[in-house]
Amino acid sequence: MKASNPKSRMVLKLVLVTFGMFGFGFALVPLYTVFCELTGLNGKTGGQYTQTATSSVDRDRTVTVQFITNNNADMSWEFRPQVRSIKVHPGEMNTTSFYVRNPTGSAITAQAVPSVTPFRAATYLHKTECFCFEQQQLAGGESLDMPLRFIVDRDVPAEIETLTLSYTLFDITEQTLDQPAVAAE
Amino acid sequence: MSAIIEEHHHDDHHHGPAKGLMRWVFTTNHKDIGTLYLWFSFAMFLLGGTFALVIRAELFQPGLQLIDPAFFNQMTTMHGLIMVFGAVMPAFVGLANWLVPMMIGAPDMALPRMNNYSFWILPFAFTMLASTMLMEGGGPNFGWTFYAPLSTDYAPPSVTFFIFAVHLMGISSIMGSINVVVTILNLRAPGMTLMQMPLFVWTWLITAYLLIAVMPVLAGVVTMMLMDIHFGTAFFNAGGGGDPVLFQHVFWFFGHPEVYIMILPAFGVVSAIIPTFARKRLFGYASMVYATSSIAFLSFIVWAHHMFTVGMPLAGELYFMYATMLIAVPTGVKVFNWIATMWQGSMSFETPMLFAIAFVILFTIGGLSGLMLSIAPADFQYQDTYFVVAHFHYVLVPGSIFSIMAAVYYWLPKWTGNMYDETLGKTHFWLSFVGVNVTFFPQHFTGLAGMPRRIPDYALQFADYNMVSSVGAFLFGFSQLLFLFIVIKCIRTGKKATAQVWEGAHGLEWTIPSPAPYHTFSHPDQVDLKEAHG
Repeated sequence: MKASNPKSRMVLKLVLVTFGMFGFGFALVPLYTVFCELTGLNGKTGGQYTQTATSSVDRDRTVTVQFITNNNADMSWEFRPQVRSIKVHPGEMNTTSFYVRNPTGSAITAQAVPSVTPFRAATYLHKTECFCFEQQQLAGGESLDMPLRFIVDRDVPAEIETLTLSYTLFDITEQTLDQPAVAAE
Repeated sequence: MSAIIEEHHHDDHHHGPAKGLMRWVFTTNHKDIGTLYLWFSFAMFLLGGTFALVIRAELFQPGLQLIDPAFFNQMTTMHGLIMVFGAVMPAFVGLANWLVPMMIGAPDMALPRMNNYSFWILPFAFTMLASTMLMEGGGPNFGWTFYAPLSTDYAPPSVTFFIFAVHLMGISSIMGSINVVVTILNLRAPGMTLMQMPLFVWTWLITAYLLIAVMPVLAGVVTMMLMDIHFGTAFFNAGGGGDPVLFQHVFWFFGHPEVYIMILPAFGVVSAIIPTFARKRLFGYASMVYATSSIAFLSFIVWAHHMFTVGMPLAGELYFMYATMLIAVPTGVKVFNWIATMWQGSMSFETPMLFAIAFVILFTIGGLSGLMLSIAPADFQYQDTYFVVAHFHYVLVPGSIFSIMAAVYYWLPKWTGNMYDETLGKTHFWLSFVGVNVTFFPQHFTGLAGMPRRIPDYALQFADYNMVSSVGAFLFGFSQLLFLFIVIKCIRTGKKATAQVWEGAHGLEWTIPSPAPYHTFSHPDQVDLKEAHG
């Protein structure tokens, strides 16, 4: 088979396309994550936010922030926000906390995954400190108050009067067994 | 490799096929491999059909009668997987093997040895897939779309075998498609331009490109599942930083072009049959080619219409809604072209034509319910109801499968040298036609009334329509045994077919004797280009 044979060249090209598309399937994973982070689609909030300059607080506007907690299937922890809803001014630093308790007899590692509704509000919610940035490990019967500090961006569109921040708690004990557990603060 | 084999091929085997069973194992002849594909797909059609009848038997009345819900889930899943990957796709590959070389005046497929491999992978893949049902925990039970985490965290242990089976099917399809593309682009008879090819060849060329583009993505998504299940990654596990919605995006990026992979060759078949029995040339040949290409292009940019309810921003819903509706334009061009071909034609209604006309009518019904589903706000009501089931069965059963049956009746005299029994053929058609409509039409109503799909039991108000649907399913299912009988009878006996077979048939395959000799078009001078595009 000579490479100059038109048939072999065609086959080679098509095989390359095949491998290219296999790679593209995997490339969709980071593309999807980046796309969601940039646009806030899917309610994905960004990572840890560092306040660049002390931005002024917009005292004229009030935005209601509601907190919802869910347990993923098989997650046995008690998990609830200490406050269900707070009114905040855009630009202002707010602090609240969430209560968790491990009612079982054994240590469990958990990961909270956030989501914001409406989706277009997701990019305007900045978290400077969040328990969702790390994993929590609680011994059996132990409980904990987990802090959350956040700013609602001054540029949040006027039609957004209420936004809901939801956390789903996942049991990731199995996935972390072979890694050193991250201690709860 | 293949280039050289192919040169010697004809000198070595001038005397015809080898004797005995090993002929079929080692064959590199496109006609033998086409036959193998077609029989394999028919076997899978009966197996998948049996699963469908188990589903319909359970749904004959409300309440749980025959099987438990866990097994019901395996039935819906396996029915879908086997029909899509085992029945429809291999049937079209079989038709491509038989017909593409004969239609373009080529002696064989471009890569005969690979052709043999791509067929012989399939029986192993499907044996493995079917064997999962005997394993502990049962077979796949997460629907043919295998959404994560149903197919990862909550899957039965046999899911690993499912994944491997999908890999094998994918490899088989990709090899088959590469073969089709290389054959069409390199082995056309001297002087035959692309725009002289019959539409079946065109639609298969485009289908093959679709397959090469999306089957690797399917392989990728099942590989990610495999890694999530066994190697501790978290592509689709939100707890580990992944996202289950990502699964749906990657899956449907494959899944939507896949839908067209199952219908484009059907368009080609119907575009061959209708001109023959209308005794006119196909109306708007060039527009058919452009319409097929546009449908193929659009298939890549509409995937999220399968997931309107996952929670998309308004802009996304609108974009995918309008893009989806756009597909109706080239599809409409095709339907109008077929009707215009029949217009003022001197029509006769042999079995292939009956199936082709039923295809045009019933596929259009399926297409229009698809248009209803594409309306994002309406889809929130229809999502996951029997309306969706009715929609895709209308495009797949009286769409793809009727076109395959039409193709079998149309080219069977060329393959076997005998005419099939026309009375039995028409009986088969009418039984199938009535059966299909009795089965699936009532499902539009139960769906609009809110009956969810994939459930073994349902609310009492859906009882009557479900009973009707089940009766239709058994009628349709058992009439396929008649099809089997007709084909076997045609192979064994029947009136001798002429070379042209049908009075109005044009195209290179009708210039060779019936039955088609084991080797055809060994020399380019045997090709009469005036006959080329049907």
